[in-house]
Amino acid sequence: MNGVHDMGGMQDMGPIQAEQHEPVFHETWEARVFALRRAMGAWRKWNIDASRYAVELVPPTDYLRMSYYERQFTAFLDMLVQHKFVTHAELESGVPAPGTPIATPALTIEKAHMLVAKGVPTKRDLHIAPRFQVGQRIQTRNINPLGHTRLPRYARAKSGTIESDYGVFVFPDTNAEFLGENPQHLYSVRFSARELWGKQAPAKDSVYLNLWDAYLEPA
Amino acid sequence: MTTTRRDFLTATAATAGAAMTPDLTHAHQHEHEHQVVPSDPALRVKALESLLVEKGLVDRAALDALIDAYEHKIGPRNGARVVARAWADPAYKQRLLSDADAAIAELGYGGMQGEHMVVVENTPKVHNLVVCTLCSCYPWPVLGLPPVWYKSAPYRSRSVIDPRGILGEFGLQIPENVEVRVWDSTAEIRYLVLPERPAGAEHLTEEQLASLVTRDSMIGVGNATFPEKAST
Repeated sequence: MNGVHDMGGMQDMGPIQAEQHEPVFHETWEARVFALRRAMGAWRKWNIDASRYAVELVPPTDYLRMSYYERQFTAFLDMLVQHKFVTHAELESGVPAPGTPIATPALTIEKAHMLVAKGVPTKRDLHIAPRFQVGQRIQTRNINPLGHTRLPRYARAKSGTIESDYGVFVFPDTNAEFLGENPQHLYSVRFSARELWGKQAPAKDSVYLNLWDAYLEPA
Repeated sequence: MTTTRRDFLTATAATAGAAMTPDLTHAHQHEHEHQVVPSDPALRVKALESLLVEKGLVDRAALDALIDAYEHKIGPRNGARVVARAWADPAYKQRLLSDADAAIAELGYGGMQGEHMVVVENTPKVHNLVVCTLCSCYPWPVLGLPPVWYKSAPYRSRSVIDPRGILGEFGLQIPENVEVRVWDSTAEIRYLVLPERPAGAEHLTEEQLASLVTRDSMIGVGNATFPEKAST
């Protein structure tokens, strides 16, 4: 989806505002949102790509106005309702619906420590032939899908070079919409700054993106 | 108490998929003018947490453990130790550049949002800069959670089109003959910049070296320097 989240290359967003001695969380509620999302993620009803897609679906004017954690909270509520963890009626009443069985939390304290230490790898140990070789010139596809994609607009229909092959990874475009992991090779692809931004860009500079087989065509 | 919680969650439901704005809060207030509707996200989040706990969906102790990990245990000091080891031990540096996951694990680090790490090296000819234009991907096990500016629209948007301008805003002037490489974290690969060891640091212990490594230098928006040089 060509949404406001895909902001690479925009120029009117203002100066960087770096805070000295910034706390990890500015407010307690931000920390709770951070933890609640991971704790509910442990039910495995969604995946990291689906949770990113949910944030992208926050309406654009809200997306730009909200803080990072406000966006995360808004998207989280949508996911909780969509996956039937809570109903609108429960959100309105503030209490579980009468007769609701009480679940056992998916994320225990032990599993929380495990999650922090191990994460959720998305590399797949599968023998799938790569479509491209290191050093090969490629062209990115000109795609404009309505769903989730990790091919930013600024890098579509551009020529680049395969710099490395990271192996086989889950493909976000299908995984985000629960259409399968569709594992395939993921590459580091180098684009010259001039290819992306024109000849006013410094000649030596470059941008590297991580791109999957499905985004690429031979040059 | 129940009445108050209902208010929080009604406000929550009204704003799901929309903004937590004063406007929406006021609109809601018109429907219940006899009640004080909280606009504070703190109250909404607290109410949601209570509901999820009552349904048995989350365990508060697990939430506390997650928060504690990123507030107190995992942060840029981890990355600084990795960098210092690489400066002090050429063999370690080679392992770090060729298989970052294994080399970082040697120091006991790894895990969520750093499952697949790559380290990129700054040299006199190359300066690296890490961004995530599409969301806010960041190598948590070595740097902790990202600062607000890293997640902000100005950084996400301009890093790829004007990295030298962005670096200038951080006080770094990159000479024309140095190649700037921007790493847009569009997948689950997480990047750590290995900054150049500052001149004059050859005699320092690994611990002393680690103290020269700033968070910003491992994102690529700063250099590792002696503190007195940083302040001038």
